[in-house]
Amino acid sequence: MSRPAGRSSTWGRIAGILALATFMGSPPAIGAQELRIGFVAPITGPFSQVGKDMVNGFQLYLDEVGGNFAGAKVTFLVEDEEAKPPVAVRKVEKLIRQDKVHMFIGGLLASTGYAIAPVSTRLKTVYVASIPASDDLTQRDAAKYPLMVRTGWTSSQPSHPFGEWACQQGYKRIVAIGADFAFGHEVVGGFQKAFEDCGGRIIQKIWPPLGTIDFGPYIPTIKKDADAIFTLMAGPMSLQFPKQLASAGIRLPVLGGGTSYDEFVLPSMGDEVIGHISALQYSAALDNPKNVAFVKKYREKYGKVPSYYSEANYSTAQMIHEVMKKTKGKWPGQEQFVKLLSSVELETPRGPVRLDEMRNPVHNIYIRIVRKKREHGYDKDELWNSVIKTYPNVGQFWKYKKEEFLKQPVYSRDYPPCKYCE
Amino acid sequence: MDSRRKLVIVIAALLVVLLITPHSGSYILVLVTHALIFAILAMSVDILLGYTGLPSLGQAAYLGMGAYLTAILAARFQFGLDGTFWLVVVLGILIGAATAALFGLFAVHAAGVYFLMITLALGMCVWGLAYRWNSVTGGDNGIVLPPRPAFGIELADDVTYFYLVFGFFVVSLVMMAILVRSPFGRSLVGIRENELRMRILGYNTWLHKYIAFIIAGGFGGLAGVLWAHAHGLVSTEDVVLATSVDALLMVVLGGPGTLVGGAIGAGIVVFLREYLSTFVPWWQYVLGGVYVLTILYLPGGLMSIPERIRSRRAQRAVIPAKAGI
Repeated sequence: MSRPAGRSSTWGRIAGILALATFMGSPPAIGAQELRIGFVAPITGPFSQVGKDMVNGFQLYLDEVGGNFAGAKVTFLVEDEEAKPPVAVRKVEKLIRQDKVHMFIGGLLASTGYAIAPVSTRLKTVYVASIPASDDLTQRDAAKYPLMVRTGWTSSQPSHPFGEWACQQGYKRIVAIGADFAFGHEVVGGFQKAFEDCGGRIIQKIWPPLGTIDFGPYIPTIKKDADAIFTLMAGPMSLQFPKQLASAGIRLPVLGGGTSYDEFVLPSMGDEVIGHISALQYSAALDNPKNVAFVKKYREKYGKVPSYYSEANYSTAQMIHEVMKKTKGKWPGQEQFVKLLSSVELETPRGPVRLDEMRNPVHNIYIRIVRKKREHGYDKDELWNSVIKTYPNVGQFWKYKKEEFLKQPVYSRDYPPCKYCE
Repeated sequence: MDSRRKLVIVIAALLVVLLITPHSGSYILVLVTHALIFAILAMSVDILLGYTGLPSLGQAAYLGMGAYLTAILAARFQFGLDGTFWLVVVLGILIGAATAALFGLFAVHAAGVYFLMITLALGMCVWGLAYRWNSVTGGDNGIVLPPRPAFGIELADDVTYFYLVFGFFVVSLVMMAILVRSPFGRSLVGIRENELRMRILGYNTWLHKYIAFIIAGGFGGLAGVLWAHAHGLVSTEDVVLATSVDALLMVVLGGPGTLVGGAIGAGIVVFLREYLSTFVPWWQYVLGGVYVLTILYLPGGLMSIPERIRSRRAQRAVIPAKAGI
């Protein structure tokens, strides 16, 4: 049965869809003095607080300079990667193919870093890893990603000096409990290597999966005769673990990777974390003038203390601005941009930063203890990561020789092997 | 609608996709490629859900087996990056089918909600394996694949890869369409409608369901091989429950028991998910709303719309006629 009216509407629909498809596919034009920056961060899901801190950090710097990097108007495009590596890959592809960005920044998890760095090589676009700390991006696999620069850190970078520090404090036997993913393996691995090289022993390793909220099955297995616990938590795990540890009545000293006590979660924590010690390249309590100004501005605008996630992206924006100053606002091409960014030396809120020849930052590592006190002239007692020791200018290989270090496999669940596990 | 007219519409739609996609921007190209791969997966679910009446919540397992096989062979052994790609396709189908043959032994005995639960559990087993067996699967990091195969044909080129996926999609569609119209396919529908009766008529219904389950697994494996190379990354996220749920919902959205419906559902879900999420952070509510509204008001899926319009018109035509009397 033929119905002319019905058929024409079908054709109309098809035409409409086609028009829509071509419209969606048309690329936006790139202006000569425009810098298009794509940014991926987890805006939804359990890691959204971290994602907000990341975006806010970058945005704060952009607002300071009026969205203008030495004459280049910055177009800042944020995409939600949901803290899932495959989603991050798709969003990055969208940013490159659809939005024609000059570079993309961000990603949260170390596994996301490993997933999106190859996209930068494949689609020939600059990737600035401001957060993903996956060791091998700037170590064994660095040659595979010529268009990647890291402005953040490698996971094991703070762990190396921290391992030695712990050993010097007289701890002999430590239990490690860390989130079961690349970042956790690398932070714990770095700590174990330095700690055992100095004479300490890791006597037990426990790996709860990333995103664990209930540590009921894990806490009771912790060996009570250890000298201390080394913990590495990420995202919402950070908040839950110390609470449950305290309520289980375990009173051992607690050391931790930086993200376990980072300021993204510190304000929501209770007094049970007072005295816990961690190592990172940043603390909101740092009292250099750059940081004091940064904390004040950030807090005024977003109502909370900045975390390392905010600082890393704020500094990244600052470093990109530095490059654009040198090129007078012109996009210098991918290779040249990577070269210029790798040679930036800058005072940032975390202290002086420069990049090594494998495009990873060399910066201070701070050993920090959680204290309840007043900082930066705020009139209330709050939890802060007070710095008790500074290791200046720490690189990703620390005291180890680069060649020898690169010969060992990347830190994983099984490396370094647990020689002293009981 | 007679079947010839249906055929013409499907062919016209396929031609439109084939002709328009390569000229519509490189991101659209990628999305259409993804949608076609998920369409194969969704159609394989439809064989179970729409024709046999078995709601499978574990289809991501077969996609995962195919994808991990491809990734492991390519990344660890540099295998399947030249002409051997075709061998990997065959192996991918076989591993999907073999996994389904194993899982089917447990699952096919059950029906309804129990089938749903068992397939869910078996799917989670594959996820657990992918997550914990670090040395082989890369655990949470997943496996990054080397550049796509080249064997005279450069699959690294996105347009070429789209043509390849399109080809596999059409072949899958035709094969499944022939399958469901064959006497075997009719027996599956018979089982869906009244299994007891089929058994009394002398059919070995268990065997029929088991074979359908294996065939669906094979197509799932094929989708996995294509997905691995399309995405360049295989990770545990590909085998999570959400992927299986997505595949099931694509079928429900498009219309179960139509094959084409699954493909349409896949297109809608992929585009909504990837496009909407770039505009609004609450895109998941929209997707959820679409699902709920479809199930409430269009239990037959989008494919049932023409039928409903026709029956409404027929009703309207009848009422004035009655009034005339």
